[in-house]
Amino acid sequence: MKAAVILLPGLNRDRDMIAALTKISGTAPQTIWQTETSIPSDIDLVVIPGGFSYGDYLRCGAIAARMPVMQAVIERAKAGTRIMGVCNGFQILLEMGLLPGALMRNAHLNFVCKEVELEVTNAGTAFSNRYEKGQVIRCPVAHHDGNYFADGETLARLEGEERVVFRYANGGNPNGSVNDIAGIVNEGGNVLGMMPHPENLIEPAHGGDHGRGIFESALDLALA
Amino acid sequence: MKARVTVTLKNGVLDPQGKAIESALGTLGFDGVGSVRQGKVFDIELDHEDRAKAQTDLTAMCEQLLANTVIENYTIEIQ
Repeated sequence: MKAAVILLPGLNRDRDMIAALTKISGTAPQTIWQTETSIPSDIDLVVIPGGFSYGDYLRCGAIAARMPVMQAVIERAKAGTRIMGVCNGFQILLEMGLLPGALMRNAHLNFVCKEVELEVTNAGTAFSNRYEKGQVIRCPVAHHDGNYFADGETLARLEGEERVVFRYANGGNPNGSVNDIAGIVNEGGNVLGMMPHPENLIEPAHGGDHGRGIFESALDLALA
Repeated sequence: MKARVTVTLKNGVLDPQGKAIESALGTLGFDGVGSVRQGKVFDIELDHEDRAKAQTDLTAMCEQLLANTVIENYTIEIQ
C-alpha cells in the first residue's frame, strides 16, 4: 500500500511518522504540503501527524482544518481511502468534521507526556486488526488538549456502532476524556483519529513495539 | 464598521479553565463567586457600512472558523 503524510506549519511529529511508515512498509511515504489541492488516487493511506499546527491558535487544529489540502482529504475519505490522524491530526479530523466530537483542554489542565495503557475495544477495523479485542497495549501520549467530548446522542451512536477503537485502560485516563475514549473511527470505518502516538513505540529501541500493529493493519501488510 | 464576536463554551460542556479561574478567585479571597466560564472575544473591523451584509458574513465566519459549534456558542454585536 502507498502512504502519504500531510505536512503543515507547526507539526513536529511528521518526521517520526515518516520514519515509522518507512520502517514498517519499507517505502518512504509521499509528503503532501498543505496548499496542494489534490491527493493522488493511488495513495491508500493518508496520515495527518501530530504537533502544533498553526501554534494551536484559535483552537487546536482549527486553522489547519481549513487549508486547501483538507478538501482533498475529505474527497479521499469519501472515496474510501484510509485516513489516520494522530494527536494534532485527530484534532484536525474533528475540526474538519470527518469525525464527530471535539477535543478540549485536559481536565486537570496539565500537559501530559507519558506512557499509557490502551484497551483495543474493537479489533475488527482496518486500523486494529492485528490485535485481539480486549488486548491492552502500551502507547505514549503527549498533549494538552486531548479531553474527548461528544454530546450524549453522538456518544450513544459511537458506542452502539462500536466505533470506539481504543480506550484508556486500567483507570489510566490521562486527560478526562468521556468514556475513556482514546481513538474512534468514522461511520465507514476508513477514518481513524487517536490521541496517543503509536509511531513512537514501533521497535525495541523505543522500549517496545506495541504501536506497530496499528500501522501493519492500516497498511494492510501481509501477515508474517 | 466594527463588530465584536464572543465565543463561549455551551452550557453543560465542562470548562476546566473556567473552573481553575473560579478556584483561584476563591483562593484570592473573593467570596460569592458562583461560577466562572471563560471564552474568547474577536474584535473585527469591516471596511463597509452594510449591516445586513455584516451580519451574514459574521455568522458565516463563526460557523466556518471562529467557533466550534460542537462545544461553543457565539454572539455577534455590530457597533
